[in-house]
Amino acid sequence: MVRDVEDVIIKTIARIMVPIMQVYSLYVYVHGHISPGGGFQGGCIMAASFILLAVAFNLGEAKRRLKEKAIAVFCSLGVFIYAWTGVVPLFFGGNFLDYSKWSHILPGGEVMARYYGMAFIELGVQIAVMAVMVSIFLDLVTAGRHEEVLGKDDDGFYSR
Amino acid sequence: MIQELNFIILLFAVITAFSALKVKDLLSSIVLLSAFSFFMCLIWTEMGAVDVAFTEAAVGAGVSTAFFMAALYNTTRRTKD
Repeated sequence: MVRDVEDVIIKTIARIMVPIMQVYSLYVYVHGHISPGGGFQGGCIMAASFILLAVAFNLGEAKRRLKEKAIAVFCSLGVFIYAWTGVVPLFFGGNFLDYSKWSHILPGGEVMARYYGMAFIELGVQIAVMAVMVSIFLDLVTAGRHEEVLGKDDDGFYSR
Repeated sequence: MIQELNFIILLFAVITAFSALKVKDLLSSIVLLSAFSFFMCLIWTEMGAVDVAFTEAAVGAGVSTAFFMAALYNTTRRTKD
């Protein structure tokens, strides 16, 4: 899993599947308000694509695509987007997460503002869930020894 | 909601859950737990809770299996008890 495996079938299938999974996760996110799905499921599928990279190639490949600093930033960014989607309506006299007050900023009236609000919330959930799931996986597979893993180069080493 | 199909899927879910507890190889236990999660997903789809089923398929059968694999990677494959 963290070592490099030399298997052409697994690598080729993973190389084909990873972009499909990521596009599907964005589809699940975008259609979250009219069909089953939403930010949480889309984020899980997006995280599963990075976990597939780590399993099929090695840990360094997944970390090269999604840096550990980027994971930390995305964890906070998702919560940030969610929180400010709720806080901004407070400035216009609404309640917390009162999406209709977004119509003061965004065009399209109150009905479209509710769509925008749902999209922002789900975007925050998607980013946060994706980052947290990948972070949990990296913590589990490296047994929490991130510093010594980060200190070396990025091509498929692991000392056990 | 078809009662017979519901019963059959529930029976498979119980069988996979019980054998996941009983099997000695932890990797087989993980795969059986994933299969249990998939059968729960089928049950929820069949009962009409599609959103819950989707969450179960994404989290239960997808990500949590990878988490168990990652945890198993740092321990032994055979169980002691």
